[in-house]
Amino acid sequence: MKKLLEVNDLSVSFDTYGGEVQAVRGVSFELNEKETLAIVGESGSGKSVTAQSLMQLIPMPPGKFVGGSIMFEGEDLTGKSEKQMQRIRGKEISMIFQDPMTSLNPTMTIGNQIGEGLIKHQNLSKKEAHNRAIELLELVGIPNPEARVKQYPHQFSGGMRQRAMIAIALACNPKVLIADEPTTALDVTIQAQIMDLMRDLQDKTNTAIILITHDLGVVANAASRVVVMYGGKIVETGKVDEIFYNPKHPYTWGLLGSMPKIENKDEELQSIPGSPPDLSDPPKGCPFVSRCPYAMEVCKNHMPEYTDVSNTQKTACWLTDERAPKVEIPKSAVVGGAKIHG
Amino acid sequence: MAKYLVKRIGFIIVSLFLIITITFFLMQAAPGGPFASERALPPAIEEQMNEAYGLNDPLHVQYFDYLLSAITFDFGPSFKYAGQEVTDIIKRSFPYSLILGLEAIFIALSIGVLLGVIAALKHNRFGDYTAMVIAVLGISVPSFIMATILQYIFSIQLSVLPVARFESFAHSILPAVALATTPLAFIARLMRSSMLEVLNSDYIKTAKSKGLSQRVVTYKHGIRNAILPVISYLGPLVVSILTGSFVIEKIFGIPGLGSEFVESVTNRDYTIIMGTTVFFSLLLLFSILIVDLIYGLVDPRIKVARSGGEK
Repeated sequence: MKKLLEVNDLSVSFDTYGGEVQAVRGVSFELNEKETLAIVGESGSGKSVTAQSLMQLIPMPPGKFVGGSIMFEGEDLTGKSEKQMQRIRGKEISMIFQDPMTSLNPTMTIGNQIGEGLIKHQNLSKKEAHNRAIELLELVGIPNPEARVKQYPHQFSGGMRQRAMIAIALACNPKVLIADEPTTALDVTIQAQIMDLMRDLQDKTNTAIILITHDLGVVANAASRVVVMYGGKIVETGKVDEIFYNPKHPYTWGLLGSMPKIENKDEELQSIPGSPPDLSDPPKGCPFVSRCPYAMEVCKNHMPEYTDVSNTQKTACWLTDERAPKVEIPKSAVVGGAKIHG
Repeated sequence: MAKYLVKRIGFIIVSLFLIITITFFLMQAAPGGPFASERALPPAIEEQMNEAYGLNDPLHVQYFDYLLSAITFDFGPSFKYAGQEVTDIIKRSFPYSLILGLEAIFIALSIGVLLGVIAALKHNRFGDYTAMVIAVLGISVPSFIMATILQYIFSIQLSVLPVARFESFAHSILPAVALATTPLAFIARLMRSSMLEVLNSDYIKTAKSKGLSQRVVTYKHGIRNAILPVISYLGPLVVSILTGSFVIEKIFGIPGLGSEFVESVTNRDYTIIMGTTVFFSLLLLFSILIVDLIYGLVDPRIKVARSGGEK
């Protein structure tokens, strides 16, 4: 498998009146060709900022790159000018946003919104772009595309708008598609359809997908690898099976525990008590220390190094240290049923 | 579309009827009459004049006479200026007000929108502050002070533009600028806040993520959405510019309809009051209709033709 994107020690901050907010603090991961990488974590964990900084969509100022690199096909994107980034956005890397109700321009036809990128990146004429837009709408499963292409976003339902967003994002056959919570704003039946569609299109176009979500159900179905983020840092990463069946980090346990399970439908839904750390004054040690039921003295002042659990799984937790007490995975975090991938 | 237009024109007729009725009774309620002046007329002559102009008829007869004259748009002769028909006065003076008003609207719109966009793009930086200082000045300085300042600088000190009267394009510049100042400032502020909101919206991010240049994102995706509140302000703007030009017309000695309108009220010149009121009302009601139609063109979510139909 070829590496497509490699993020090294990326740090992104925002200057605010309340001081510097360190939204992303030294994140490293890689994306291989044709795979789906899920980034999970709760609100404020830095997953969206990470994704948007890949495309330099963070407004600067107040945002700024503090350090690290984003290597895409051998070139560092952090050093690119705005003009150079414009040739990458939409053509090499494109993005789907969370809320399809607000992500489309209300005063422009769907066809023109799809066609814009094509005219810019592939030098198509207006007519060609229009025809290609019809093909793309058909590809994403919108019935009667010839009529739909001339319509405005308010004439589309939520699910159809997200399909149109996917058509916009895939218009120029990008190598990487970043999907920032693509199903969060949709209702459950539509969610499944959209995820099916994305998987289907991935098979056809061989696009690598970075899927940002807090829905572990979506992750289990769609992703091959998972990055778990908390407090601007990656706390655990691994293949999807490893994260679901052999998680090592208490935060991952908490996430898995707070997932509703079909076996115990009478039980109350679990949650992780407490709230995420204030990133304008991030904790010196592990960001999860204040909410972790297994927190030790060392966790308060020292950030744990990454420990290799396997070739593919890494975790940053002091519990993996040999001096730490042995802790079993809590029962709530044990995922039942058959393994997801074979 | 046709059905919508018919409906709207129906509303215009109803509004006009109400305006005419209210104006008529207000006019009657005000003390004095067209022939009251410092040098009192002999009672016999005043009686004869009242008789000749139909002012001795019972109120309801006068009212129906007015309604009839409004429908036929023939308001008869002026009470004050002997031998002049109301329609002639409107025909003579309206072109001045129209040219002045159109120029002022053009200035206010183009520069106001431009200032607002610049301010939004340079949010919290020098350009923003400059544009907003201009806007605050424009809103707080009354148009008659603006007019005299302009006259002082450009006519008296620099001698580049004529100080008053209305004979050529050069004559129209100063009054148009003075008239445009306040709405210009208002539009700039309106445009700035709506542009800021639009620039922070998700679809602007989508547009950027397609790799479009900053210029295309701003013009194609930003301004068209941000200009909507400005368009809805255009209706009241036309109102205020056309009726508010009275002061400016006075200062610059322009024989426009605004001054005609105000003078007719102090003169109790009933026919001119009626004529100008009906004329202005028609103008304003139609300009609001046109603004609504434009709104439907710019924003596809508003389908004027289909009232309460498909969502």
